[in-house]
Amino acid sequence: MKENYDIVIIGGGPAGLAAAVSAYDNGAKNILILEREPRLGGILNQCIHNGFGLTRFKESLSGPEYAYRFIKEVEARDIDVLLNTTVLSLEDNKTITAINSEYGVFSITPKAVILSMGCRERSRGALNIPGSRPAGIYSAGTAQKYVNIKGYLPGKRVVILGSGDIGLIMARRMTLEGAKVLAVCEIMPYSSGLRRNIEQCLNDFNIPLYLNHTITKIEGTSRVTGVVVSKVDENKQPIEGTEMHFDCDTVLFSVGLIPENELTKGAGIEQSRNTRGAVVYQNRETMIDGIFACGNVLQVHDLVDFVSEESEIAGACAANYVLNGRQEHNPISCINGDNISYVLPQKIDKNIPGNVKLFFRVRNTFKHCKIVVESNGVVLQEKKKLICVPGEMETVILSSDVIAKAEGDIVVRLEC
Amino acid sequence: MYDVIVVGGGVIGGTILRALSKYNYSICLLEKENDVCMGQSKANSGIVHAGFDAHVGTLKAKFNVLGCQMMPDYAKELGVKYLNCGSLVVAFNESDVAMLNNLLERGEKNGVKELEIIDSAKLHELEPNVSPNAIAALYAPTAGIICPYCLTIAAIGNAMDNGADLITNFELTKVEKMDRGFKLYSKDNKTVEGKVVINCAGIGSTKVANAFGDYSFEIKGKRGEYILLDRESGDFVSHTLFFTPTEKGKGILVSGTADHNIILGPTSEKVEDITPITTQKGLAEVMAKAKIMCPNTPIYNSITSFTGVRAYTEKGDFIIEESKAVDNLINCVGIESPGLTSAPAIAEYVCEMINNKLHGEKKADFNGTRTPEYFFKDLSVAEKNEIIKKDPSFGRIICRCEQITEGEIIKAIRENPPARDIDAIKRRTRSGMGRCQGGFCQPQVAEILARELGVELTEITKNGVGSELVIAKTK
Repeated sequence: MKENYDIVIIGGGPAGLAAAVSAYDNGAKNILILEREPRLGGILNQCIHNGFGLTRFKESLSGPEYAYRFIKEVEARDIDVLLNTTVLSLEDNKTITAINSEYGVFSITPKAVILSMGCRERSRGALNIPGSRPAGIYSAGTAQKYVNIKGYLPGKRVVILGSGDIGLIMARRMTLEGAKVLAVCEIMPYSSGLRRNIEQCLNDFNIPLYLNHTITKIEGTSRVTGVVVSKVDENKQPIEGTEMHFDCDTVLFSVGLIPENELTKGAGIEQSRNTRGAVVYQNRETMIDGIFACGNVLQVHDLVDFVSEESEIAGACAANYVLNGRQEHNPISCINGDNISYVLPQKIDKNIPGNVKLFFRVRNTFKHCKIVVESNGVVLQEKKKLICVPGEMETVILSSDVIAKAEGDIVVRLEC
Repeated sequence: MYDVIVVGGGVIGGTILRALSKYNYSICLLEKENDVCMGQSKANSGIVHAGFDAHVGTLKAKFNVLGCQMMPDYAKELGVKYLNCGSLVVAFNESDVAMLNNLLERGEKNGVKELEIIDSAKLHELEPNVSPNAIAALYAPTAGIICPYCLTIAAIGNAMDNGADLITNFELTKVEKMDRGFKLYSKDNKTVEGKVVINCAGIGSTKVANAFGDYSFEIKGKRGEYILLDRESGDFVSHTLFFTPTEKGKGILVSGTADHNIILGPTSEKVEDITPITTQKGLAEVMAKAKIMCPNTPIYNSITSFTGVRAYTEKGDFIIEESKAVDNLINCVGIESPGLTSAPAIAEYVCEMINNKLHGEKKADFNGTRTPEYFFKDLSVAEKNEIIKKDPSFGRIICRCEQITEGEIIKAIRENPPARDIDAIKRRTRSGMGRCQGGFCQPQVAEILARELGVELTEITKNGVGSELVIAKTK
């Protein structure tokens, strides 16, 4: 480890790896990645199914294969990596305090920081699902770690709450390992997972998906012995008399991902209530100069391909910051309008040249609809869509000409 | 043959064991679960009550006030976090205010110091998040908060460091009277002999007494459901906030915890089935009541919910006495709230009862201190680095949410009382107690435990046999 670094990247998962390579290739030469696990690659290491890289590489890779392509790129460059190193805190002056066995507790203050800590799964406790607290209750990702990394099967008869992608993937994975997946329950009227995962992980294995259903009781003292599943009304309240009982020994939760922004909060970086990540300009710079964010710590992506794309922007712009210093901002806001739950970036800096790709999610399932981008009531751009679902991120590219035309804030809305 | 056997490894059994370990008795603690502190001592509000609730002249009043005075030093000696945060009984109408006056008077008679009734302005200055509908409060600056399982584990660990034995997975089912003592049988036919037995079995103490032939009391269960909020909201309130009590009890509180979470609860429902389950109705009640006390309660920051089943007697007071039916059986039962607060004082009292019987002598080499090693996170950088230099495992963070190191987890497995399952490690180190609830760290903790114990991962349990984490190796 050197005394000083130009850029320190917190997190060596797909976001951190892509950001590091991009920062290096854009001229920054003094870069350090801090990774808490014993290896680079982040959560991809436990995602042994395929389907990664279809957009970026036009081929279907497993998670570790996708990660390895970037790890090779990092290794080919003069980029420092500290493994088994956990960052304890970040300050607004960019001082990072971290801990590992070799150096103990130490601090670095680089010229720029890239936040790429990823996200965590919401747990049962966040939902207050009633019942007992026996063994056999896992978040889907924890079960995935037991099965794919540790080589152990958590249980034989499984009910899954939530139809997020990890839950769907684990429904298939547990089935392939000889477990019986009795049901996937989803409190919403739609799945938050990718449509391809519903087909390939549930329908292909005859696993029933119960929309508008939730678990209302977990039973068992030492080990889970069963769950009660109830239908919910439009306010997501369980409807009496609709209870179904499943005898099972395992309950998996796949009920959403939360960007891990404790360090971000500690540094006092402004965050968005919609994404639960930092507020950023299109260059992925947060509201604190020289601190950038990318990947799932910024917004929970559906596909790692988009994480890489976003992180390359952050890496290149962090390099630019290090090489050319701070630039004056001239921001306008990007706001989520009707039927849109969030838009990222939340701010467009008109001083930064080039096109801006807006990422956003819709609030519900819509068919034959229209995405409208407008400013001060003037429509800047429109895009027709056959179908939009909350589980799949939408994008619109605004050219610099279009951005120049925006008089005030930019609003993205969906018209049906 | 032991001089004294304590049945039940909760806070009462634990503090009594520790008090006895100061003397030259041979002593043993019997616990029916895989770890100590598995009943109501691990699932309560963690409040050190000032002592104005209990009626004048009761054992509750006596031990509460004494225990509250003892707790700061007691906790410090054992290296347990105690915070003297003070409590507020909040009044929402004139009849509540009348009750506050009764409590003030009762508290003063009980010997509680510094009680004061404060007006709405002062209340909202102390607690800006309290509902604007609150009109007054009884302020008790001597009240505090403590982590109940840390206290219990520390007391038992310290007693063991001073020579006490612990036998876990010993469910007492049968007792044989011998010439000069008792022979106690477990469900699986293990035996232990002792001259005097102290029954601190909490919700199970009726069964224990019955095994001796004492049918003089009946302990019942009251379910209390709680919701715990993320440390991120830890500054939401700074005092323990109670509703003005009614005949139904003290009601739901909103309070900080010693570890900077916010705790909401408990409900209070008499139950036949003592399995600690949460219910839709109960959790809804906790949320609704918390919102009456503090309308902006950040329920969205909930990280877990749990239930404690509290042992109580219809009589309403603690029972701490030698059995009238069986000589040398001492019952410490029906210890509901303020049992945690009272524990150090009850322990002294019971120890005196034993001294009067067995006339033991104080040990010269008793060491009552326990280093607060599980607060690694709170140490200075220099202190941390010194420890890491000696033992690099303290440089590896296992639980990222609570920043718990591998070194702390190993210590919990090796030290008294030794942790043998995931929940035991969680209670000793806080690994898995944070916002991800063990989602990231549990597989790693399980591996460390398997490695330390020299067993397969399939043998690692959440909280004892039957609660294995995984069932088999994959194909």
